[in-house]
Amino acid sequence: MSFEPVILFFMLGLLAGVVRSDLKIPGVVYEALSIFLLLAIGMKGGVELARHSLLDLALPAAVVVGVALLIPLAGFQVLRVVGRLPRADAASIAAHYGSVSVVTFAVASSYLASRSLPADGYMTVFLALLELPALLVGVFLARRGQGDVRWKALLHEVLAGKSIVLLGGGLLIGWLAGPQGIQPLDRVFFDLFKGMLAFFLLEMGLVAAGRLADLRRAGPFLLAFAIVMPICAGVLGLLTAQVLDFSIGNSVLLATLYASASYIAAPAAMRIAVPEANPALSIGASLGVTFPFNLLAGIPLYHWLATQLQGALS
Amino acid sequence: MSPAVALRKLVTIICEAELESLLLPELARLGARGYTITEARGQGARGLRDGAWRASSNIRIEVLCDEQLAGDLVDMLQARFYADYGMVAFVVDAAVLRPAKF
Repeated sequence: MSFEPVILFFMLGLLAGVVRSDLKIPGVVYEALSIFLLLAIGMKGGVELARHSLLDLALPAAVVVGVALLIPLAGFQVLRVVGRLPRADAASIAAHYGSVSVVTFAVASSYLASRSLPADGYMTVFLALLELPALLVGVFLARRGQGDVRWKALLHEVLAGKSIVLLGGGLLIGWLAGPQGIQPLDRVFFDLFKGMLAFFLLEMGLVAAGRLADLRRAGPFLLAFAIVMPICAGVLGLLTAQVLDFSIGNSVLLATLYASASYIAAPAAMRIAVPEANPALSIGASLGVTFPFNLLAGIPLYHWLATQLQGALS
Repeated sequence: MSPAVALRKLVTIICEAELESLLLPELARLGARGYTITEARGQGARGLRDGAWRASSNIRIEVLCDEQLAGDLVDMLQARFYADYGMVAFVVDAAVLRPAKF
């Protein structure tokens, strides 16, 4: 079995964290790398978006976002009924799983590219669209009927947050500049992309290793949830992709988006909107388990399932 | 002591970095004329806060002010933030130059 080299970097970081190595990537480098990745992913999507009519995207976008709302709603029920978690914790974790992880998406794209499976650039638009709705659902579930919500602070946190600004901004820059216009920037944003992603994953391995201890305290239910939930959501993504008549590459990306759990935008938003929820639980599950699971097993699994599904239906 | 200095209060708040956007409007609302923020790392009741990424980062907010405002600030922290957020706050005396500023 051959791993993506970028995933080996993640495993190196994980290993370094587990053996308590003194390796530490400074916070400013982490920030710089995440800015680079968000911009580059946005621009890449924007350049390819220029080849499509935006109107044609409206219907699939509405379906993709609408179906995705099932993820936090179903996740919340499971966390409440089976896991017996307090309302705030269940809602916060559900919001993390309903929202998306940009880096998981980037790894899935690079997985597809190395297997010469084409995927459309407009999938990046779905990535940007899927971040916010689940967070709003999570806050609604946490607050139903009681307490005030800092909606304004929450919306500002997410919409003016760096992931939407850079991803959306990158999409716009790529779209306006087009393939020719963006060429002078290719070397910085596209040629260096994989190397930067490798650096970032090394850091994420270190951070994820630190979250494992949190999860050990949370018990077996959350551990099982963090693996079963992405698989179910991934299957939902594959079925939705079938309805929308997506290619295999696009199907794998949509499954990955549905399966991934946010660990950057969601923790920040939940800290502000649902402060009584314990962040160790949601970040422990999303970053400590689901993120590595998707990288190592989930993405190949969704690819395999997409192939099976397409074979069965044709 | 030199006649140029006067006694004021130094309020120091060490808290989750996420709180910056919620706390600063509160400081302004209560009438703080300025503040200083520095990145911080450390360990406490919420475990190790190593600053490796935003969710594990702390900040340290310092406000020089008069006794009345110092009291208002800690009351506000107690009422709005202490229950749900990782936060430590303390007030000490500080001899300041140009006391009219604070």
